[in-house]
This record gives sequence, structure tokens and C-alpha cells, in this order.
Amino acid sequence: MKKTYKKIKSQGISPEHEELIKREINQSTVHKTFCADSEKIKVGGFYETNDIQVFLNFVQNSPSPVLSLQTLDDLLARDKKRVDDGFPRRIRIGKYIKPGKGQKEQVVVVPSTTEPKFYHDDSITEEEDTGGAGEGEEGEVIAEQQADQEGEGSEGSGPGQGEGGNHEIGSDAFDLGKVLTEQFHLPNLKVKGKKRSFNKYIYDLTDRNRGFGQVLDKKETLKRVVETNIVLGNIEPNSNVDPEKLLINPQDQIYRILSKEKDFESQAIVFFIRDYSGSMQGKPTELVVTQHLFIYSWLMFQYKENVSARFILHDTEAKEVPDFYTYYRSQVAGGTSVYPAYELVNKIVEDEQLFRENNIYVFHGTDGDDWEENGEKALTALRKMLTYSNRTGITIAKNPWSQPDKNTTVENYLSRSGLLDEQKKLIRIHAIESDGATEQAIIEGIKKLIE
Amino acid sequence: MYLIDQHTKGIMEECKLRARDAGLTFDDETLEYIVSNKDLIELSPKAMIPTLYDYWVNDVEVLKGKGKYKLYPQNPYETVINSRPAISFYNDNNPDWLNIMIFYHVLGHIDFFQNNILFEKTWNDDFVGQALADKRLIETLRREHGRWVDYVIEFSRSIDNITGYFGHLSMLKLANCEELSPQLNFYFDTFLHKIAGVHEHEIFKEIERYNLVEEENKELAESIFLKEVNTKYPEFESKFKNRETVNSHYDDLLEFIREKSPFLNKEKNKWMKSLITIVRNTSLYFAPQIRTKIVNEGWASYWHDELFRKDNRINGHEADYAKINSGVTSISRIGLNPYAIGMRLIQHVKDLGNKGRINSTFQEIKDINKREDFNLYTGQGDNSIFELRKNFSDFMLVNTYTDQDFVDEHNLFVVGKRMNEEKGVVEYYVKSRKAEEYKQMLIQSLYHPPKIEVDMEKTDEETLYLVHKFENRQLFKEYIPDTLLGIEYLWGGRVHLETTEIVKSNTLDGEATYKLIKVVYTAHYRKITKENI
Repeated sequence: MKKTYKKIKSQGISPEHEELIKREINQSTVHKTFCADSEKIKVGGFYETNDIQVFLNFVQNSPSPVLSLQTLDDLLARDKKRVDDGFPRRIRIGKYIKPGKGQKEQVVVVPSTTEPKFYHDDSITEEEDTGGAGEGEEGEVIAEQQADQEGEGSEGSGPGQGEGGNHEIGSDAFDLGKVLTEQFHLPNLKVKGKKRSFNKYIYDLTDRNRGFGQVLDKKETLKRVVETNIVLGNIEPNSNVDPEKLLINPQDQIYRILSKEKDFESQAIVFFIRDYSGSMQGKPTELVVTQHLFIYSWLMFQYKENVSARFILHDTEAKEVPDFYTYYRSQVAGGTSVYPAYELVNKIVEDEQLFRENNIYVFHGTDGDDWEENGEKALTALRKMLTYSNRTGITIAKNPWSQPDKNTTVENYLSRSGLLDEQKKLIRIHAIESDGATEQAIIEGIKKLIE
Repeated sequence: MYLIDQHTKGIMEECKLRARDAGLTFDDETLEYIVSNKDLIELSPKAMIPTLYDYWVNDVEVLKGKGKYKLYPQNPYETVINSRPAISFYNDNNPDWLNIMIFYHVLGHIDFFQNNILFEKTWNDDFVGQALADKRLIETLRREHGRWVDYVIEFSRSIDNITGYFGHLSMLKLANCEELSPQLNFYFDTFLHKIAGVHEHEIFKEIERYNLVEEENKELAESIFLKEVNTKYPEFESKFKNRETVNSHYDDLLEFIREKSPFLNKEKNKWMKSLITIVRNTSLYFAPQIRTKIVNEGWASYWHDELFRKDNRINGHEADYAKINSGVTSISRIGLNPYAIGMRLIQHVKDLGNKGRINSTFQEIKDINKREDFNLYTGQGDNSIFELRKNFSDFMLVNTYTDQDFVDEHNLFVVGKRMNEEKGVVEYYVKSRKAEEYKQMLIQSLYHPPKIEVDMEKTDEETLYLVHKFENRQLFKEYIPDTLLGIEYLWGGRVHLETTEIVKSNTLDGEATYKLIKVVYTAHYRKITKENI
């Protein structure tokens, strides 16, 4: 990292820019993936154990939606009605529940709700003392555990924080996508070219049948009636036709009936690029990974799981990681260069010839920091990317400490390049204040990237 | 869900005989059901009451785990529910010896439910039957009013933890005392102090004077006394008549809204009141349970241990039992286990009782050796714990009996949590072994809903003014707006909530300082605003 810094410094940089770079260098942390839940210390209170767990060995896992008394659709419809009735929505998404059975823990993304009441909140005074027993002098440390990035450790959508073990996102992300598409009306992505058929069918009223069926095909029926009556001699050439004299054979009635048709579906590859440099500490990372989880889930729904995703992390160097879990949970550290990530995407697409059969989408989340102030290399790589991608969406998650009215480095060089206007259809950028960004703001952000 | 077989029922009946011999008392009839995991999933959101009303929040998957206590503090899951007859739930594949242990535990709970005075309100009804009637009523209302039924349930539930449970309970006991008439109550409690502005010692003098009059003539005391009052304060009569707007403090918000809300009192909205009553009664039914978690689990664990070890039917399974029992009742190295702490406190009390230590003579001894040797051989241990089972809540148990002897005996300590910046870890450390601090930590972790009262002086037909009594803990801010929105709907007008917020700031050397700020939230036309005062 220091080497890169020296190189950049020798090329000359502005003092503010240098300060940003130093901030990251001084963090001196390393990337690591957060520990699984099983390694964590569980501190129970009085109300967290009960007879059912103790005597019936019943694991308090999440009830599956199948068991719920109302279907998910009913619940969502009900939730939508609340807005008409003048009340805020209560069903939220993106929460994780961890069924503890078996070795493999899973993220289950389901709608959840809370019942607001007046409760006491001790979190601010940090009175988190609990009880203990056994040996140990006063002041002696009896256990320690990996600190959370934010030190909050709350359940929920925080990345790089405690909850959950090795997660499988697959089918559950599909559920989340369903919720997103239905609840928030995300606009559908335009599917460009390269269609390819699968062994999937749709049902349509395309087949014709004589005598019975679902919908009467009036035009075809009339043709048959006319034909029959010509044969019968009821219709003379060059004379007026008296419709009342026409005979109608039941077999002349042509109906449309439901039939099986082969469906066409598109393949898509989505590249998720996440800036995990030191400056992304905390809120910006939380925002980026949450947004990427949403996009990923939603695409999986939209493309009936025909979407495959690739995950790329970058600081001053870029690397591909095998799964969403690693992508999601890798801790921030190090400096920032954007171009290695873009170059890596180009290389993967080139090497694997992905552009031939796939829609390619690239989503990049960063705080807008780049040690390369003019972004020359990044822009070159980006231009190349735009030749094959259907859409590149860049999210700038602004750091709480950055000046709100000032554009970030990435925004600066992108707008200078004119790419945003030239290739309006292919590239979108959206900046969002990461501090206090709500779920709704994140979803609005997605809309901006894909509309 | 089905009943246990005859063989297992036989084991249960045998357990009942032995438990009765040991001094437990409970109704003859009990019902035992075998449940599957699927049954449990459906029963849990209904707090194990199979007949509880349907509600959409129960249908939505709720984030469990740590958040559970925050979300459902009134619903401690039990294998036993406090109904008539008491119902308990079991797995279908337990070996007999394990069932014996669980049955004793269950009988401990049933005995507790049916004898502890915090449950007095639940003694006369069968809640399962009541819940079924409520459920049917709600279904009928749903057919008529659709989703508005669920809104009313939702908004009532949003304040169902502010139901003045203890006020309710004390009224029950008061009924047995000779109570003063409303006039006299008003005169002594409010009039003298607030309206006449009389000094405190004068009030005592007045009470003294009334007692004298009563001694002379019990029958006529009140009328004689009030006559004198009216001569002295001619305005008394009229003030008494208008007292409600000035007097009466309500700590039961749900009840207050049901009785006084201008919106609910409209003819077309009266049906909503029965929903509020249902939600309120359900909450009151659970109120004693959450307030006796430690003493109830402790009591049941104490008895399953006592009775099981003496039961000859378990021969050959002692080791199996020891393994399971230690899992249930061992004290956690870090964390709080209600079974462990409760059982040991009860054993501690029994020991105190047996040695005649529950008296001031023992409590005043400072010398550690003398304390250790103190033994009057009174053998009153059983009496002491049965007394405790009858009268104690969690708070009373913890507050009365967590002494240094107890803390030392079990090697207990307060665990603190701190950040080690260098190592990047959170450390848990032994913070204190002092009984007083351990006790405070236990008390801090007990269930304690915020106290929110109606300020009658600022409340009128249009405005409801609520005041949160600040006990060095702020309200969970995120929930305040939505909760107020619900109250505004039920009240049908503007709602204010006065509360205190804690603002944290760090000084230059990293010390955290806290500032208290009084604020008022206002809900009006479904918009929430907040102002400092």
C-alpha cells in the first residue's frame, strides 16, 4: 500500500487528496472475514431461556412461511392497504434469521415486522452488565470476542457484523427478490438481445380447435361459415349475401384453446464490485452491501434464477471472491484504486467470452474515493466495459465525514470525462449519504441505477 | 396435538400424589398434550394459548433470538399454561424417567400459578375458554369491520404493556379493607394539599381529628366530619363534584383511553372498546408471569430436584438425570439463567429458614465467624420457602435475599464488558463481587416497562397529554412515532408525550458525558413532531 502511495505522491497530488490517502494508510487494519456465530460468546438474560427450549429441546428457529396462517401475498397486500388508510407500512425486509439445525447455517430472508411499544432503551448509557460465576479476581478478563466493526452487534442487515455463520444466499434471496419486486415496484430491466430458449414453457391461447374451446375466434369462424355456405350454394358470387340464410355447422366454430409454448429466457451475469478500502469503514460498507444484496436478490427473482453473479473486492488491488458470503463479510482495510477492479472485470469477460451469450451488468459500490485523482486508468477500463455491458451502475456511498456539497474523486473524473452524457443508457451513477440511509433510500438508489 | 397415553398419565398421577405429600397444593385436574414442532411454531406466537385470537403480526415471521424479549416481553413461553385445568405440553418420545422429572417441574409451576398471589386475578377463570370466546368475538367483528379490527388490535397492543397491573392487584386487596368514601379520600388526598394549600403537618392533624371523631361514633363519623369540612371550606362540595378533571391520575393508559376517548365514545365506534378490553385482559393475564420468571422457574426447578431424587421409580437413571439437570440448573459462566439463580435463591432461603436466620438478630451480626456459626435449629426452612412462593415476585426475591453470603457461596460476580482497542476485541471481565452491585445488576435486568401517565390538567376533549416518568432510562426512540400514531387514532385527537432523552457526547479525553433533555412528541393529523422543552 505504501508503495502505491509513494508512486502516486511522486506524480504530485493536492493536499486534500493526500489527507484522504493518509487517513486510509493510518488505519493499518487488514482484511478479514468476520467470525461465524458459532465462535461467538452467547450472553443470555433471564428472559431468553424458557421451558420449551429446556425441556422439549425445541430450537427456536424461524417458522417457515408455508406454515403461516396467511400467505405472504395476503400479508403484502394488507401492508399495501395501510398506506391508503394513512398508516405507515409495517412489514420490513432484509432481516436474517438463522435456523440452528444441522451443520450449515442459512440466511433466511423473510419479511419481518415489529410491534412498536414504549420500551426502555439502555443502549446509550451502555449498561450492559450481566451475571457470571466461577473463579477470577475482580478486573480479570474471563472471555473476549472479536469486536464488531461498529461495536453494535445488533441483529439485522449490518454487514461484517456478528449474526449468522456460513451463509447460503441462493433460494432465500429469491424470496427477497419477490418481496422487492412486488412491494417496491422496481422497474424491470430491459432485456437486450441474445435470447436463448430453455426447457421452460408458458401457457397461451394460441392453438385452434373446432367445435369447442375457451375463446371463440370470430374471424376464423366466419371464414369457415362462408366456406361451408359456398359449398352449399347459399352464397352466390356477385350477389348480396343474406346472413339469415346462412347455415352454421357447429364444427365451423373455431375456438382458441390453451396450449403449451416454449418460453424464452435471458441469461445474465452480474458483476458486483465492492470497494473494501479503509475509508469504507462502517456506514458506507453497510449501505453498499445491503444494496448489492437487494439487487442480487431481485435479479435472481426477475431472471428466474438464471442470473449468475461474480464478486469482486478491491482496495488498491482487485480480487475475485467465490461467494456472496465472503463478498458480504470481508472487513475493510487498505487504500483505494478503482481501476484494478474494472480491469479485472474486463479481463474476466474477455477470457471467458461472457459477452457472447449474456446480458452483463456491473454494479460498483464505493465511497467515491480514489487515490488516482484524474482516474485515467479507471476511465479507460470503464470505456471498454461499456462496449459490452447492458448497464453499469455506480453507487457512491458518501462518508459521514466527507463534505456533503463537494463531489468525490470518482464523481469528479466521471463527470469530466463526459461519459455520463455520452453513454446515458449504459451508465448511471448515484450518490447517497451513507449516514442514516434507510432501506427505502437504498431501494430508491437501486431505481436510479436501473431505470 | 393429542393427549398423552394412559400409561404416561398414570405416571403423572403418581407424581401428583408425591408432590402433594411434599406440601404442594394444586387442582386435581390437569391436561397433558403431546405436541410436534409444527404445533409449537404455531403456538409460540400465541404464547402457548391454543385458543388465542388470530392476528396478522403472528403470521408474519418475526425475528427471534435476541430481539424476542424486546418484541414480546409479555409472553414468556412455558410448557405449562395457567388455565383451568392447567395444560402442559410434551414431546412424544420422552423416556418415562425423563417424564417424571418434567412432570415434577410442571407440578411446581402449577402449584406456583395456583398459590402465588400475583396470579390471584387468574384464579377464578379459565383463560383458554375466555380466549376462545374473545377469538370468536373478534372473528364476528372482522366480518363486519374488516381490517379496521386489526388496526384497533394493533394500536391497543402498542400500549398493552402500560396496563397498571400492580394498581389492579392492590385494588383487589384493598377491597377487603375498610375503605374511605370518595368524599373523604378526595378531602385527604387532593383537596387539602392541592386546593386548600394546607401544610403537610396540618393534613396529619386533620387525619388525627377524623380518627377521633370515628372513635366516638363510628356510624355518624363521616357525616359529622364532612359537615365541619363544609363549614370550613364552603367550596369543598363543588370542587368534589368537578374532581375528575383535576384529580385522578391514571397509570393504566389502555383503560383510560377505553373509558375516556372521545373517538371511542362515539356510537359508531363503540365496538372498538371490546377489542381494547380483550387486548388489555390478555396482557393482564400474562403480567404476573413475566414478573415471576425467576421465582417461578426457581420454584419448579427446586421441586423437580427435591422430588425426583427421592423417587424410587428412577433407579438406574441417576446419571442421566444428573446430566440433564445440570444442563438446566447450572450457573452460567457468563449470562443469567433464571433456573439456576432462582433455584439457588430458594435453597438459600430454605437454609436461612432452617437456621433461624430470617430475623434482625442475624442480620445485625457483622462478624463473619459469628455469622457462619449462627444456627438456632428452628427447622423453619419449608415454611420460609412456602411463604416466599405465596407472596414473592422476582423483584422481591432478588431484592430481599441477594446477600453477600449468597454471592460468595456460589462464586457470583458482575460481568462487565469493555472494548480493547489494541486487540480489536470486546473483553468480558469480572467487574465486581460485591453483593450490592450484583443485586443491582440483577434488578436492572428485570422486566420493567416504562411508566407513562395521563396528565389530567393538560388533557381535554381534543388533546391527550402523556408524561413518561423518567427512571434514568430513556424510551426506545425508534418506536415512539409509530406508537403515538396508534394512540392518536384511538384518541381521535392530538396526542402529546413528554419524555426525557439522554444525549451522549464525548469530551476531549474520550470520557463519555450524558445530558438529559426534556422533549415533547406531538402526534397530530398523523404527523409526528418533536420539540425541546
